[in-house]
Amino acid sequence: MRWGGLAALLVLLALPAVLSSYAVTIFILIFFYAYLGQAWNIVGGYAGQLSAGHAAFVGVGGYTAAMLSNELGLTPWVGMFAGAALAAVLGGVIGYLGFRFGLRGFYFVLLTVAFAEVGRIAASNIDALGGALGLYITFTGDPRQFQFQDNRAYYYIALALLLLATGVAWAIERRRFGAYLAAIREDEGAAEALGVDTLRYKLLAMLVSSFLTGLGGTFYAFYLFSLQPNAVFGIPMSVEIILRPIVGGAGTLLGPILGSFILTPLGELSRFYFGQSGLYGAHLIAYGLLLIGVVLFLPEGAYPRLARALARRRARP
Amino acid sequence: MAVGLTLIFGVMRVINFAHGDMMVWGMYIALLLSRRAGLDPYVGFVISAVALFALGLAVQRGLVQRIVDAPHEMQILLMLGVALVLENAALMAFGPEPERVRSPLAASTIWLGPVFVDVGRLVTFGVAVLLTLLLWLFLFRTDLGRAIRAAADNPYGALVIGTDVRRVYATAFGIGAACVGAAGALVSPLLPFQPATGLSLSITSFNIVIIGGMGSLLGAFIGGLLVSVAESLGAVFLAPSLKELVSFSLLILILLFRPAGLFGKRAP
Repeated sequence: MRWGGLAALLVLLALPAVLSSYAVTIFILIFFYAYLGQAWNIVGGYAGQLSAGHAAFVGVGGYTAAMLSNELGLTPWVGMFAGAALAAVLGGVIGYLGFRFGLRGFYFVLLTVAFAEVGRIAASNIDALGGALGLYITFTGDPRQFQFQDNRAYYYIALALLLLATGVAWAIERRRFGAYLAAIREDEGAAEALGVDTLRYKLLAMLVSSFLTGLGGTFYAFYLFSLQPNAVFGIPMSVEIILRPIVGGAGTLLGPILGSFILTPLGELSRFYFGQSGLYGAHLIAYGLLLIGVVLFLPEGAYPRLARALARRRARP
Repeated sequence: MAVGLTLIFGVMRVINFAHGDMMVWGMYIALLLSRRAGLDPYVGFVISAVALFALGLAVQRGLVQRIVDAPHEMQILLMLGVALVLENAALMAFGPEPERVRSPLAASTIWLGPVFVDVGRLVTFGVAVLLTLLLWLFLFRTDLGRAIRAAADNPYGALVIGTDVRRVYATAFGIGAACVGAAGALVSPLLPFQPATGLSLSITSFNIVIIGGMGSLLGAFIGGLLVSVAESLGAVFLAPSLKELVSFSLLILILLFRPAGLFGKRAP
């Protein structure tokens, strides 16, 4: 397992040397969405708190770093942490309100959606933030400003982000913290009865998750050089974030990554092919059908099934 | 439209994220009828309702029925999938441009006592009230309606006394969808729409239902009035683009302090 992971990492490190620029772009998107999925996974998968408003953290993180860079000339390498911290503050507020008032399931989903929507409307109405048109970042190609001529730089940054989030999730999973989160997910009442401070651990999970997601917002801003309120704060963004861990397997370490390797190329290719013939939205239909299929036939996601199938094959002599 | 959602949620505790998209389909059906057959949307809404009833029934039978006992999260995700399919099927079929159904009624206005009113709005409002009343009569005065409420109250108990709970669920889902279809067709002359409208409609109707109280018909009706009044006040006193902000803030407050809604009985 460990050797397999190392080999996969080496392959990924070497890949950009042989890939075309378009393929590199696809890999960047795979890593980036896997990263966001992994960040969501901490609170949505391990702790089982279905947040449908993670776009808010992407938006807050991205806008903060972009504003600091545009207005104060602060390098995004520092700004990204300011953005992530602010996203974590927002995550803390949402988490505290939601968990303190005992909102579960659907009510928590709605609360997170409502906050993300408030963020979207606020960002589209504040002129200093560029209003509905959004923020634009002038391209200078200066690495100190988180801007690169070469796509491959973004490839390695996205990969590093994904490794970071996966490392964090791994560390959580191995510690007592992870066990507490799993207990909360499986049966919150029982966990509480056994003395787990559920509020505290759910809140911690939310803080970590929103911090990481906010960090991703900076990458998004400086990879695309623009931020539109509808794109970063909107519900479709939240859906993109949720889909991958769900399809791959929520609450597993490799689920979001597997999910992203399935969904991102599928989405990009169908967007590309159907978009050419003027049929927009085909990739979202594919997403929708896949989601329905996963819920009906693979409710735990693809990774646990795959892992079991592999283990069975190994057990057979 | 919130009335339809209330019915679906109240009876089955299924969260229908595809609600707004179903409504948009109701609008497009009205549009097709008026373009191709020259049928006024104020007549065509019956056909929209029937079509959506069939769609709701199919979604319920084919998909929701299989996971009615699964955790809420799974249902949310399932309906999200349905919503994605419906919205983007509309996008592929009708394109992204905003549309509006023309109706001679919507263009005319009359003096009603001292106020000047759009006939279209008046008819829409009248039919909406009538539908809510009919639904109320159906739920409280007919056997099937009583069965629906029984299944909502206590599915197991209803099963014991011989109710076909599965059939009741399917009917409730179908009727809920039919209400949405009718509502969609009825507002289609008043409100320009496009496939992406569905999502915001879903959110608005959740808003209304949560504020009014899950599973309460009266609550849905009053919640609807409350949300639209709050939004119009917000538009007047703040800025037109900020009106949604008002209803979302209202939603957050209600969620925190009175999650069962203003007229709901149970705490979540």
